[in-house]
Amino acid sequence: MDSVLSVDRGGPAQPLLLAKNLRKHFPIPGGLLGRATRVVRAVDDLTLSVAKGETLGVVGESGCGKSTVARLLMRLIKPDRGTMILDGDPVDEPHGITVNELRRHVQMVFQDSYASLNPRLTIVETLAFAPKAHGLPHAEARGRSRDLLAKVGLEPDTFADRYPHELSGGQRQRVNIARALALRPRLVILDEAVSALDKSVEAQVLNMLVDLKDEFGLTYVFISHDLNVVQYLSDRVLVMYLGKIVEIGDVEAIYGKPQHPYTRALLSARPTMDPRRRTQEAPIQGDPPNPIDPPSGCRFRTRCPFAESVCAGTEPVLADTGKQSVACLMYVPGSGHSKAA
Amino acid sequence: MAIQSPSLDLTAGAGTGVRLTPVAITRGYWQSVARRLRRDPVTLVCGVVLLLVVASALAAPWLGLSDPYKTSMIRRLYPIGSPNFLLGTDELGRDMFSRLIYGGRLSLFMGVTPVVLALLIGGFLGITAGFLGGRVNMLIMRIMDVFYAFPSVLLAISLSGAMGAGAENTLLALTLVFIPPICRVSESVTTQVRGFDFVEAARASGAGTLTIVRVHVLGNVLGPILVYATSLISVAIILAAGLSFLGLGVKPPEPEWGLMLNTLRQAIYVNPVLAALPGVMIFITSICFNLMSDGLRAAMDVKA
Amino acid sequence: MSNLLEVRDLHVTFRTPDRIVHAVNGVSFDVKRGETLGILGESGSGKSVTLRSILKLHPTHRTRWSGSIRLEGDEVLDMTGSVLADLRGNRVAMIFQEPATAFDPVFTVGHQIAETIKRHTGKSETDAWARAKDLLEMVRIPSPAQRLKAYPHEMSGGMRQRAMIALALSCNPSLLLADEPTTALDATVQIQVLLLIRELQRELALGVIFVTHDIGVAVEVSDRIGVMYAGKLVELGGVEQMVDAPRHPYTRGLLASTVHGGMRGRRLEAIPGAPPDLAEVPAACSFAPRCKYVEPKCLAAPPPLTAATEGHLVRCVGRIDTLAA
Ligand SMILES: Nc1ncnc2c1ncn2[C@@H]1O[C@H](COP(=O)(O)OP(=O)(O)OP(=O)(O)O)[C@@H](O)[C@H]1O
Ligand SMILES: Nc1ncnc2c1ncn2[C@@H]1O[C@H](COP(=O)(O)OP(=O)(O)O)[C@@H](O)[C@H]1O
Ligand code: SF4
Ligand code: SF4
Ligand SMILES: [Mg+2]
Ligand SMILES: [Mg+2]
Repeated sequence: MDSVLSVDRGGPAQPLLLAKNLRKHFPIPGGLLGRATRVVRAVDDLTLSVAKGETLGVVGESGCGKSTVARLLMRLIKPDRGTMILDGDPVDEPHGITVNELRRHVQMVFQDSYASLNPRLTIVETLAFAPKAHGLPHAEARGRSRDLLAKVGLEPDTFADRYPHELSGGQRQRVNIARALALRPRLVILDEAVSALDKSVEAQVLNMLVDLKDEFGLTYVFISHDLNVVQYLSDRVLVMYLGKIVEIGDVEAIYGKPQHPYTRALLSARPTMDPRRRTQEAPIQGDPPNPIDPPSGCRFRTRCPFAESVCAGTEPVLADTGKQSVACLMYVPGSGHSKAA
Repeated sequence: MAIQSPSLDLTAGAGTGVRLTPVAITRGYWQSVARRLRRDPVTLVCGVVLLLVVASALAAPWLGLSDPYKTSMIRRLYPIGSPNFLLGTDELGRDMFSRLIYGGRLSLFMGVTPVVLALLIGGFLGITAGFLGGRVNMLIMRIMDVFYAFPSVLLAISLSGAMGAGAENTLLALTLVFIPPICRVSESVTTQVRGFDFVEAARASGAGTLTIVRVHVLGNVLGPILVYATSLISVAIILAAGLSFLGLGVKPPEPEWGLMLNTLRQAIYVNPVLAALPGVMIFITSICFNLMSDGLRAAMDVKA
Repeated sequence: MSNLLEVRDLHVTFRTPDRIVHAVNGVSFDVKRGETLGILGESGSGKSVTLRSILKLHPTHRTRWSGSIRLEGDEVLDMTGSVLADLRGNRVAMIFQEPATAFDPVFTVGHQIAETIKRHTGKSETDAWARAKDLLEMVRIPSPAQRLKAYPHEMSGGMRQRAMIALALSCNPSLLLADEPTTALDATVQIQVLLLIRELQRELALGVIFVTHDIGVAVEVSDRIGVMYAGKLVELGGVEQMVDAPRHPYTRGLLASTVHGGMRGRRLEAIPGAPPDLAEVPAACSFAPRCKYVEPKCLAAPPPLTAATEGHLVRCVGRIDTLAA
């Protein structure tokens, strides 16, 4: 059942997944006869590439579109526009691969470990579901499921025939990770996969994710609102604000020399863990605005300490500044912002 | 979490970091439900009562009861406890006990059949609407809403009235009455289940729609839908009896609780307790179905 | 400073249709006026149950309390009826993780705050509204006069959380109970609310109990921190003592497994296993199955809470110092 696509095709330099200008606006049913009059701009013209073998971290506040990106990359929802290319093959296009083939190579782990397991199925049935749906014989699918359970640190004899409600949160999330690996994917999208776990259990699962990545040669897209965990795991980091990328770059650059005012605010909003140097002032005020009517120009301008009048009129685009790319007029020479060169 | 064997715990403490302590012995969902049901006296009692009513109705011809159709002008309206007539006789001198047992056959049949039929049709429509969503959902649910706008009693009466009296027409009318509510409940639980991540995960694994519905949706929606349907049986029994009472359902001389209630009206001043007996049967049966449905619902609500 | 609240040997047991849950198994602590006690622990460790017991918020028919909770000398566990209502409304206030549940969606925020003020103080309509406006100002809600007329759903998450704090403070409580009030908030909003709680606590000299599962948050707001595990406090000390010199193996494990920047590329020190089931009263150290310092005497009896140094209590009989972390 392993298709030719499982093997590396374009070589290490070709991105595993390339997404160009992805856009998803959700209509808000309201008006007469359920006609949508307004839209939630969940993801707006997002372009990203995931290199083979890397971990791309995605951070941002809730509602900024992280999960929507994840679901777009898996094609669980159809983008309004934009294209995707998996290792050189366009997805869902005449000469490319189908959505189903994409899903064989890209898998996902959800945040809510309980809601993502069918309460009526035993663990082994859950794990065997996808391989069986792809035509693997029953016995073989169960065999593979038991191997996977062992791989994620759950004794198959003890856990195979249990039901989800008989497992702890950490154990359930291990099962979810095992399920994502059942089709031997190349890319795994982890949408807040450790966010609901307790710290001591989170550490167990993070260690396991690192091991599995090495063992199976995986590539991760790791979505989280926890900046520390993203820093721990990621090679590159993407920062989102209201459906747009505001900064993307190597993890050292983003955490060491953040450039976008939002990235800086996010980083300094982390608790200090030092009782002698507690935070004295919040880095930015207010809540993220509603993605239904995002501010004109730069979407961050309503909370940005450096906002100037140009920021309301001109929408900054991602521009390379060396180690990272930033969408802020301060980094665009001649933009009219007083801090711009 | 018992800590009895120190040596075992020492190894756990120094372990590899991934050996997790078992939480509980494996117990399937339905096993836990059954266990909870066994501990619920109200549901148990209702279940036993229903079992008695149903079993005696089914076995009526073999119980050696007196002929429920045999009238007698001499022994009309014997009181309860008369020799040979445990529950007395009705206005035509027929044995009440026998008629009440036999009456269960029709009454239960008239109560259960329309619910089962409506369950098949309404359940199918509701699950389809819920799972597919979008326009299909809109179409099915708008049609249901039209029927839903009428109170069920009125709808049943007008449908029966339009189609004419008789058991078949009553069944048909009641089935039509119960399709919309069952469809609605099925749609809402399916929509809820469809929103769970495990269905999303199944889609992400590339499985087909039918496989997903069979494995992931049905198992999770049938329980709640069945529970709801059980609660409707009581309504169906009352409605069927009501239609018969109004002369729109079963025709005399068939023994049927609603009809019996109607014909015994004349006896209400002579022997009110006797006249009320069919009503008591209706009441007991429907309340038992209702309480049992509540008990099932509670037992099936197994949380993490 | 006198103790505002004294909790002694609190046990809380729930009877459920399936089983008995020993949620809290002997918790003792004090809260002084003007002090913030952070209670840190993992999910199911009994933080919320402890907190809610201070208001007797659990369903009485299924809950068994024992021990003592004294607020300014009055025994809370004996309170019923109007005395209990007075405790809940006037003396102790509580804020929750999900502010949406604290407000009724059909009334404006101002109406609800003003109603509460009127009910508890008997102020006139105008005075109550004026006080409500002051309260919104106090929790730093911009243009408070307009916000009074807003419905709960018209406010953002952070704003609602501030409004809930205003509601909680409307009756001048002496003790504020906070159950993970910032967990559902975004990072940039969370820090604003934490700072607000810290400032208000100082301004109003409130006693605060702040429950959280996030060490960083606990360190940010607390004067002292108590760590709970399986229904017991396993360590209690000043925030600096707890961060600089944690003593209990669980606290150490928690600190070691909390991811922060400097850990990149290193393997995390996870605590193996999972917390115990609470169906039985523990007969030994509850942490023993996961503890790397476990020895036979840990299993003989539940360890007592003893003072390691001045004001630093630890529930551990192991030779943790000689073994070192
Ligand atoms: N009303 C109740 N009935 C039965 N058990 C309960 C009840 N409330 C809490 N429990 C149980 O008591 C234990 C402690 O719960 P508690 O809510 O205090 O945990 P917590 O430390 O606040 O966790 P979290 O971080 O998840 O909020 C848990 O095992 C929980 O399931
Ligand atoms: N199916 C949907 N219908 C309507 N709006 C949606 C839907 N899914 C997400 N949204 C909206 O899109 C925005 C981004 O959501 P999401 O990607 O889930 O954010 P995140 O994962 O970053 O918290 C939010 O405002 C959310 O309410
Ligand atoms: S473009 Fe303007 S408003 Fe936006 S982040 Fe840069 S300075 Fe701030
Ligand atoms: S008492 Fe023993 S088992 Fe418990 S924490 Fe201390 S050393 Fe570990
Ligand atoms: Mg999300
Ligand atoms: Mg809690």
